[in-house]
Amino acid sequence: MTAVDLRVAQRPNAPMTTYRYDEYDAAFVSERVAEFREQVNRRLSGALTEEEFRPFRLMNGLYLQLHAYMLRVAIPYGTLTARQMRRLADIADKWDKGYGHFTTRQNLQYNWPKLVDTPDILESLADVEMHAIQTSGNCIRNVTADHFAGVAPDEIEDPRPTAEFLRQWSSLHSEFSFLPRKFKIAVTGAEHDRAAILVHDIGLRIVKNDEGEIGYQVVVGGGLGRSPFIGKVVGEFVPREDLLAFLEAILRVYNRFGRRDNKYKARVKILVHEKGIDEIRAAVEAEFAAMDRTVFAHDAEEFERIAAFFAPPPYDSLPATSALLRAAKLETPAFANFVDVNVGAHKIPGYAIVTVSLKPIGAVPGDASSDQMRVLADASERFGFGELRVSHEQNIILPHVKQDDLFALWRMLDAAGLATANAGLVSDIISCPGLDYCSLATARSIPIAQAISKRFSDMSRQRRIGKLGVKISGCINACGHHHVGAIGILGLEKKGQESYQITLGGDPTFSASIGEILGPGVTAEQVPDVVEHLVDYYLAEREEGEAFIDTWRRIGHARFKDVLRREGEDGADI
Amino acid sequence: MPVFKHPQILIASNLTDGEVVFLGPSGWERDHRRARIARKADEATALEALGKCDISANRVVDVYLADVEIGSDGAPTPLHYREKMRVKGPSVRLDLGKQAGEGAL
Repeated sequence: MTAVDLRVAQRPNAPMTTYRYDEYDAAFVSERVAEFREQVNRRLSGALTEEEFRPFRLMNGLYLQLHAYMLRVAIPYGTLTARQMRRLADIADKWDKGYGHFTTRQNLQYNWPKLVDTPDILESLADVEMHAIQTSGNCIRNVTADHFAGVAPDEIEDPRPTAEFLRQWSSLHSEFSFLPRKFKIAVTGAEHDRAAILVHDIGLRIVKNDEGEIGYQVVVGGGLGRSPFIGKVVGEFVPREDLLAFLEAILRVYNRFGRRDNKYKARVKILVHEKGIDEIRAAVEAEFAAMDRTVFAHDAEEFERIAAFFAPPPYDSLPATSALLRAAKLETPAFANFVDVNVGAHKIPGYAIVTVSLKPIGAVPGDASSDQMRVLADASERFGFGELRVSHEQNIILPHVKQDDLFALWRMLDAAGLATANAGLVSDIISCPGLDYCSLATARSIPIAQAISKRFSDMSRQRRIGKLGVKISGCINACGHHHVGAIGILGLEKKGQESYQITLGGDPTFSASIGEILGPGVTAEQVPDVVEHLVDYYLAEREEGEAFIDTWRRIGHARFKDVLRREGEDGADI
Repeated sequence: MPVFKHPQILIASNLTDGEVVFLGPSGWERDHRRARIARKADEATALEALGKCDISANRVVDVYLADVEIGSDGAPTPLHYREKMRVKGPSVRLDLGKQAGEGAL
């Protein structure tokens, strides 16, 4: 029996490398389920009107969408165990329609739950230490993190203990349960930002100062939606001991000065924009200095207790490279492509990080069937210590795979339709549900993603194009992150028809930028043509090693606009 | 009061399961083709009043009037693409929703 098997046998229900509820957590979630069950009963009996019930259901992640209710399940910092993934599959089969949608906030949405079943679903989730609390409403939402946390070679520190620490601080925080608007926090501990922290209400970057101490660069006021902004640094180096107090001070300033008269101007990004970062920083520092910080004194013991849950799994001692992998790549070109595109370097010799794309050509981005969820759970147990991650790019990560096992894993994934080798390529499209499901949407986004994906179905062409972020939103709320797509697509309504606005030059990383509008809106049918023209122009103009965004930055937006105009004059249907 | 331009039907979501329903001659229908059609402003107002009663009775939520056109068979079809979607189901999953025989089309 391996060390891992021993741990599984000793703690059959326990996550291997993720946080595990203590008695307090379990009781809190269980009580919340019972409370919601009572609220649903009162709603069904008529004791609560819809107006009275709505805030309760939203606090438990239950929306009313275009065709049915929708339940958004929190996946804290995108980390799941195999057992939890299986439970998500079981819920999809028992109470939904056999699939789930992984979102850009590392959560999962069921599109067809019945109100009457929701308490049972929440109880089933609680049984595997999951819930839907604070996945909606004007509160601090699910804290997200780098999906390569704990395994990325460029990491200073695993961001998940911080994210869990913040989750516990922000859960049912009485002062921040009714903020002016929703509030999203993302954390990264790496040199490269994979968590899009600069477009969150608060972004935390774990840094090390000259003395070698760990702290946080704190960014505030980023966000997408109808008014996109890149966050600004409010704290250059906040020691860990001060983190909770500093965040508390930011939230207090926001809670006090954030606008409540206009929901479209209520996010903290608007406050930062209107007041200026210097005034906000001064207000935060004044609040920080004046507040009773003993309440938020850093509990190092508790932080270490949490951090211990994220201890590295018992890796084997392996050579840095695998002869088995090398041989399999030579023998099987499709596998070689998968490795080249979807497999990343791991900080431990002999291991790899695998991105499982939920974007097969022509499929719905982010959707996984219950059978696929079970395959992923099985794969994680067989090849990766039973741990999975959800990326904000709507893919699944297996963070600890031996290089020696990659070929067997690939075969298993391939049999389940999960081996598309397109991670980060043009068909790895972020897309919100759009008007196919969402009641806020003004246009469909999934069919646009599908059409682009099919247009670029030639995988060798995709690899020649290289990394390219296409992101699609079905309304100005920008759940599909279109503002930070190298190619962004926004679906709108124009004269009773769906119309699509294209933007170029968006970037969600530390070099963040908001995309610029290319020109007038185009029809759904025209979008793949426009994207193809833009990509072809990029290929013609790019210099050695340049990604699309690099070429766009070097030659400028106007050149891309010009080429599109010329193509239009030449008779292209754009 | 908005100008009455097109015939209208009353759309809602069923409280218990969230399914899209349409006010018919004798209650809420899951098939939009059996919806009652308001051809004049006062008929639309009457439909809305019935809808409000059923909100109070905890049968439905999110009730509103939608413009329709009337086919040669007399059945209504929504004019706006949003409601066209609602009477069928997701355009990317033809195996789901009313278009797949869940509820009724």
